[in-house]
Amino acid sequence: MSRLEELKTRIKEALPGLECVIGWQKGYDPLHNTPLFMRTDADVDKLEWGPLNVHNPAVYLPTFTGKKVGVVVKGCDSRSVVELLQENLINRDNVVIFGMPCTGVIDLSKVKARLAGAGVSAGTVTAVTDDGKTVSVTAGGQTTAMPLAEVRADKCGRCQFPNAVLADAYVGDPIAPAAPAAAADADLAALDAMSVPERMAFWRYHMERCIRCYACRNACPMCVCRDHCIAQSREPHWLTQDDTATEKLMFQVVHALHLAGRCTECGECQRACPMDIPVLALKKHLNRTIRDLFDYQAGVDPQAIPPLLQFKLEEDNIKERSW
Amino acid sequence: MPVLTGKELRIVGFLCNWCSYGGADTAGVGRFGQPTDLRIIRVPCSGRIDPLFIAKTLINGADGVLVSGCHPRDCHYAEGNFYARRRLEVLKRFLPILGIDPGRFDYTWVSASEGQRWQKVVTVFTEQIHALGPAPRFDAVSADMLAKAAAGALGQGGNRVAA
Ligand code: SF4
Ligand code: SF4
Repeated sequence: MSRLEELKTRIKEALPGLECVIGWQKGYDPLHNTPLFMRTDADVDKLEWGPLNVHNPAVYLPTFTGKKVGVVVKGCDSRSVVELLQENLINRDNVVIFGMPCTGVIDLSKVKARLAGAGVSAGTVTAVTDDGKTVSVTAGGQTTAMPLAEVRADKCGRCQFPNAVLADAYVGDPIAPAAPAAAADADLAALDAMSVPERMAFWRYHMERCIRCYACRNACPMCVCRDHCIAQSREPHWLTQDDTATEKLMFQVVHALHLAGRCTECGECQRACPMDIPVLALKKHLNRTIRDLFDYQAGVDPQAIPPLLQFKLEEDNIKERSW
Repeated sequence: MPVLTGKELRIVGFLCNWCSYGGADTAGVGRFGQPTDLRIIRVPCSGRIDPLFIAKTLINGADGVLVSGCHPRDCHYAEGNFYARRRLEVLKRFLPILGIDPGRFDYTWVSASEGQRWQKVVTVFTEQIHALGPAPRFDAVSADMLAKAAAGALGQGGNRVAA
C-alpha cells in the first residue's frame, strides 16, 4: 500500500467521528490543487499529496469552532496548527492532525516563469508529474522538466520542520531537514543591503502595485479576525478607503505587527498575492527580531507562551537607552 | 505655529497618565525650559500604546515619536510597562525595514517626580530629531528612486545603514 493509500485508510477510519477532514484535491487544471473538505469515503479518495499542495489548510480550522475536524498537514502547516493551539484559538480535543513527511511544494510563480521561458502558456497545462526530485509539466504539447529544488517555494529551502511538529496520525518515516539553501533568504538579504531611504522607495514602489484585495490577510492562518479586521472598521478608523500607497503600506504594517511573535513563516500571505508583492519579507524581518530578542520561534511547542504575551522583569536582550 | 515654521518639527509624545504625564507636569510647574516641538497625547498606561499608533504617526509624516511610561516595577497597573517594553523594542527594530530611521522613535521611563529627567529626555530627543531633520515622506519618494525600485536597482550603493 502506498503511503497516500495508507493515509486515506487512516482518514476513513477517523471520519465517522469528525465533521470533516481538510486536505487537497486536484483543481481546475493539472497544475493547480485546491483545498478539499472530506466528509465521505468518496471524498477521501480524491485526496492528493505532493508538491502541488501549496495551500495551508490550517487557515480553515478556526471557522469550525465547537466542531471536531481533521486536518492533513505539511510540516509548515502543522506549525500553524500548533500556533493556533498556543493561542487557544482552537481546542486540542477538537482537532485530529494527519501528517506525512514533505519534500517541498512548488512556487507557482516560478513554474509559470519557467513555462514562459519555454515559450508556453501556463493556461495550456495538460499534465504534471513528479518523482520527488523533478516536476515535469506538459503544456502546449511540450514537456518541461523542472528540478524541484529550483521551482519550490522559498520557504522549503529553509524548512527545518519537514515532518509535522504535532500529529495524531503520522504516515511514513520522518525525514531530516535539508541544509538551508542560501537563496531562501535572498529577499531579506536584498532589503538588508539597501539604505533606509532606499527601503522606503522599495515599499512605495510595491505598494503602488498593491490592489488592496486583502488576499494576503485572508490566506493567513493567524489572521483570525476576518470581518472584524481593523483594516475595515470605521470605528476606530485605522485606514481610509483611499487608494494610496500610504494606506496600503499601513495595511501591511497592521498585518505584520499583528503577527509579531505569532507568524510561522508559512508564506501564505505572499503566495496568495496576485501581484507578487514580497510581503513575507516584512514578517521574516520581524521573526528575525523575535529570535534575536526572545530566542523564540512560533508554532513549534504547543505549550509555549508567545513572547509578546509574557515578559521578564529583567529582559535578557533589551538594552534600554540611557539619557 | 506659523511663526515657528521651519524651526519646529512635529514630534508626538505618548505619555502614561500616572508617571510620565505627571513628570512633564512637574517639569512645567518647576519652570524647566524645554523645546516646544513635542505634542503630548496622554494615555492610561504605556501598555495601552498599540505599536500601530507609533507606526501610523510616523508613516503619516511625524518627524519623531517619543513614548514614556512608568519605570519598570513602578507601573500603576503593575505590569503594563513590561508588556510595553517588549512591543516597543520590537517596533523600534521593525521601523528601518520600512524605510524609517529608527532614531525617529524612542521609548523611556520617567516618573511623576522626575521633572528634571523629563526635561533632559525631551531636550535630547528633540535635538536628535532636529539632527535628523524633517522626515522623508512616504508619499514623496522621488521619481528617480521609484525608477530604481522598479528596475530592482536598489541596494547597490553599499551605503547600508545598520538596522
Ligand atoms: S503572516 Fe504570512 S507567513 Fe506569517 S503566518 Fe500569516 S500567512 Fe503565514
Ligand atoms: S495580496 Fe498583494 S495585492 Fe492583495 S492586498 Fe495583499 S499585498 Fe496587496
